[in-house]
Amino acid sequence: MSDVWVIVVVVGAATVALKAVGPVFLAGRELPRTLTAVLLLLAPALLGALVVTQAVGGDHEIVLDERLFGIGAAIVAILFRLPLMAVVVVAAAVTAGIRALG
Amino acid sequence: MIGSTTSARTTYRQGARRIAPFGAAAAAFAASFAVLSHEAGFGAVAAIVMSATTFAGSAQLGAVSVLETGGGVAAAVVAAVLLNARYAPISVTVAEQFEGSTLRRLLEAQLIVDESWALSRRRDGRYDRRLLVGGGLLLYCCWVGGTALGTLVGDRLGDPETYGLDAAFPALFLALLVSQTRTRPAVTAAIAGSAIALVLIPFTPAGVPIIAATAACLVGLRS
Repeated sequence: MSDVWVIVVVVGAATVALKAVGPVFLAGRELPRTLTAVLLLLAPALLGALVVTQAVGGDHEIVLDERLFGIGAAIVAILFRLPLMAVVVVAAAVTAGIRALG
Repeated sequence: MIGSTTSARTTYRQGARRIAPFGAAAAAFAASFAVLSHEAGFGAVAAIVMSATTFAGSAQLGAVSVLETGGGVAAAVVAAVLLNARYAPISVTVAEQFEGSTLRRLLEAQLIVDESWALSRRRDGRYDRRLLVGGGLLLYCCWVGGTALGTLVGDRLGDPETYGLDAAFPALFLALLVSQTRTRPAVTAAIAGSAIALVLIPFTPAGVPIIAATAACLVGLRS
């Protein structure tokens, strides 16, 4: 098997297994209250980490670039209570605009 | 029978509609994955099979960029698996909503991606399986279709960064974070998770900051 197909098969199988952990082994089960309290906070913790890694994450470094202007514009859009899609479009448009100017 | 649970029942179609605006962005990212993977030595079939089985943008792009920069097969696999490790805890948060045969749960679980998961959260903090599956399915079609398109038209699509798409996803997650952070422990977890990720970015392979950030949910033990 070539290098490429080793990656395709191993990563594919691992991802299928990782996504299946909850739905296959814990389906329909009411979880203990303490565990639920902790799991409910996974969303904000993970979302916060996703925002940070995608906004300033680079290859082993913090990268501050045009994305930050887009995120800044998104924050303003959120403060003005614009709908979700508008927030995303504003962020992309501002980032693209600043990039085009630079 | 007049219970609010019946009237508030969601449909797969609602999930698809909710995620539809992000379909185009996902397809564009998938196309750029196809282009990058070609440069790393992937054939068209391998690229499409990877999108159809792994269905996770950051892991696919991560594996391909490691391979292309000479990191080797093992490093590419480890990077991709680390990037996708978050799906284990994420899948646990939605688990109670899944039902039916093992095969059905296994297949539906594959539609869990960051976007379908985040958009299927209900006000009460639980997750709506129909929204997740409906949205995930549409995103899956866009992802695999975008990959196929990318293998066909290649570089003519241009760099998705030109359109600012790399800022679209963090903006989406930020907007979702704000709308979902209504309680004090949630705010604490969000700040702690972001801080952990930020501090680790320079020192660890991509993926590790996100996994480590899950530790922030332990603040829930205090309440």
